[in-house]
Amino acid sequence: MTDKAIIDRPVVIIGAGPAGLTAARRLRDLGTQGVLVVERNPEAGGLPRFCGHPGWGLLDFGRVWRGPVYARKLVAAASGVEILTDATVTALHPGGRIEVSSRSGPMTVHAHAALIATGIREAPRSARLVGGSRPWGVTTTGAFQEMVYAGSLRPFRRPVIVGSELVSFSALLTARHAGIRPVAMIEEGPRIVAYRPGDWIARWAFGVPVMTNAHVVEICGTDRVEAVLVERAGHRERIACDGVIFTGQFTPEATLARLGHLHVDPRTGGPSIDDRWRCSDPAYFAAGNVLRPVEHSGFVAAEARRAADSIATALTSQDASGDAAVAVMPGGAARYVYPQRIVSREARVMLYGRADREHRGHLRVAVDGRIIAERRVHARPERRLAIAIDAGGLRGAAALSFILD
Amino acid sequence: MTPAGPRSDPRPLDVAVIGAGVVGCAVFREFAIAGARCALIERDADLLAGASKGNSAILHTGFDATPGTLEARCVGDGYRRYREIHAKLNLPVLDTGAVVVAWTAQEEAALPAIVARAHENGVRDVRLMGAAELRVREPRLAADARAAVLVPGEAIIDPWSAPLAYALQGLAHGGTVHRNTLVKGGTRTPEGWKLATDAGVIHARVVVNCAGNFGDHVEAIARPSPFRIRPRKGQFVVFDKSASAIASSIVLPVPTERTKGVVVCRTIFGNLIVGPTAEDQDDRTAATVDQAALRALIDTGTRILPALADHPVTATYAGLRPATEHKDYQIEALPSANWITVAGIRSTGLTGSLGIAAHVRDLHEEHFGRFDPPATIIWTPVDNLAEHRPRGHMACDRSRIVCHCELVTEREIAAAFEGPLPVASLGGLKRRTRCMMGRCQGFYCTRRVMEIASGRCGDLVEHIA
Repeated sequence: MTDKAIIDRPVVIIGAGPAGLTAARRLRDLGTQGVLVVERNPEAGGLPRFCGHPGWGLLDFGRVWRGPVYARKLVAAASGVEILTDATVTALHPGGRIEVSSRSGPMTVHAHAALIATGIREAPRSARLVGGSRPWGVTTTGAFQEMVYAGSLRPFRRPVIVGSELVSFSALLTARHAGIRPVAMIEEGPRIVAYRPGDWIARWAFGVPVMTNAHVVEICGTDRVEAVLVERAGHRERIACDGVIFTGQFTPEATLARLGHLHVDPRTGGPSIDDRWRCSDPAYFAAGNVLRPVEHSGFVAAEARRAADSIATALTSQDASGDAAVAVMPGGAARYVYPQRIVSREARVMLYGRADREHRGHLRVAVDGRIIAERRVHARPERRLAIAIDAGGLRGAAALSFILD
Repeated sequence: MTPAGPRSDPRPLDVAVIGAGVVGCAVFREFAIAGARCALIERDADLLAGASKGNSAILHTGFDATPGTLEARCVGDGYRRYREIHAKLNLPVLDTGAVVVAWTAQEEAALPAIVARAHENGVRDVRLMGAAELRVREPRLAADARAAVLVPGEAIIDPWSAPLAYALQGLAHGGTVHRNTLVKGGTRTPEGWKLATDAGVIHARVVVNCAGNFGDHVEAIARPSPFRIRPRKGQFVVFDKSASAIASSIVLPVPTERTKGVVVCRTIFGNLIVGPTAEDQDDRTAATVDQAALRALIDTGTRILPALADHPVTATYAGLRPATEHKDYQIEALPSANWITVAGIRSTGLTGSLGIAAHVRDLHEEHFGRFDPPATIIWTPVDNLAEHRPRGHMACDRSRIVCHCELVTEREIAAAFEGPLPVASLGGLKRRTRCMMGRCQGFYCTRRVMEIASGRCGDLVEHIA
């Protein structure tokens, strides 16, 4: 090995998906020079590259495209920004020192500011602790879509689909595209998670029976999946199939934060941030789906724009008000909240979270026991909770609670 | 005896080794470098598809073995031999040491006997460690750890690259490996045995039974088996690489009569594992996991290292240990039957294998004669997969990274299909390269791996017209 390359950049963006590319475009528009986007795949665009169904681009481009088209539009819109593909960030060190494995060898990039925009993935079978053997044919929607749309590969003919989130219906659409006939859709909860008419579509448009209150206890098969054992209301039923697609249960791809020095919020699974998108080390920012389980690309793009604005401000100002960060904690039926810290003492700050169960009641924000914002909500675990607060009310505050009760 | 000849050589082989688990691979290597003409016969498409597929990957000092047993001797000897040869085969060792932690007064009272036994086994650097010193060494251990026994020599190794290197070295010395070859029976010949397999007849002077979980079935070819294999299943949970910083040592419990108990330790690949369970079963191939057992392991792990609660699970697996009704290894030569039995290698096979192999070669020499060793030994270093040593993706002209979680390059995957022992199954490919073994379990890399591997690892996918 030769001497390791060392380069210096004002801004490094890690990940060229909807969040990273939108931030890149915004920074370019704000006049920030020398932005480098590091992408580990051979091409930029992120996960939409493999989502062949329409529904992308409405909020950020005002158009509706299929995923691959949206991915290309994101890349085109960020033209002028340098994107280094086939380059994997292997470590984040304090102060913006970033280790990259590139095609020409390992290199170190010193960034004044770095944005983590590494997105999300689905929980695989192992993380769900599903029992049984480990035959070929067990996959996730993401891997399935990539096999079908990017590889023209059909891994099975009669899979079961586990889950009924929106993405589960992407799996159904992808199956139809590939001439694959799922034998069942299996949902642990009492109802389809995606909004109606999801179950209607599954049953009538695809002829796929939907089993609710059911879960896969065992995968059977030696070389290839032969069946799944499904438990429903105390009874076990064997469903013959040749594949299993685990859908949804998204997990932030926060590996770099986890392996490094950045604080990771165990509730969101992503790096904790302040209301200026900063991680626990001020050299690092984070935006998009790496922050928490999944939001659609339009919302992600909007976050990335605001994070880019914050980065641009940080590069040109002396930075940081002298005020200490106010910690934000979830309470009641709130599963998580972010940003996890508020440093602003003026202007409006949005707090986002999710409920851990279906719940009708009030979403309240309390500062040291005093309610500063409140609204009625009908919360569901898959729906975003949002509430605005006036950060001016935080002077001298110690802690803030985001309570669903 | 005669040197290795071409495959058309009509003379019987010197040795046929049945079973390409870690023990079979080590025995094959030992005979090949001793100058024997030998074959390694495996029923599955790849090496290590049975008992050697799932273990804890610890290089044991043998400190806790029952003194005077064959197992104690082979593990101690295997440990020394691994330390001696690992660098020449480019096999890693991660020197972590181990602590046997006492959580109750009763367990604490048992510690001095563990130290005494270790010393009796010749592992003399084993000593007691008080709570304060333990806390300095393992600060993330749960607060109620009372005391420990320190075993400085315990280490972590690569459970799959080691037997691969042994098999490759055997091949380099003229041995042959027959995969997808099930031994169905055997008949005696004046010289030895004609083994009937589903891929033809293999004629050898001496047969070595290293058939793992099928050891008693294979033994029945030579005699009514004096032991019965009843697999003992061990389930494991693999935590994310982020968890490997929580414990530096291998954390062992005070053992019970039945099992060594649940271990928490890092892996050579940078993860942290918790396991195994100990579940007797009749099925010899079904290494299945179940959610209740996995949850119990996670609870146990979190009880030992509370910080584990914040770390995600990467993978789960189970291994089947070939247990018999006897506690010790079942190794013996049957001089009149031209047969050597190597069975009941329960849970120490990875460490014990090189010691077992040397012992088996001694038995052969004693009862069946010795070979003319070659003038020089050929070393067959393997690619490194250990996280703490340089990996393929760090090369200056690296090829594309296919598996992002485990940083596996196209070149490494292509290489697995080349050479004298190309992989032939998806499981074999994963063990050889680590692709699809990381935290996303194939979310990001399945398509690319399938493009390269399908057709060469069985028909995994179809092309959409």
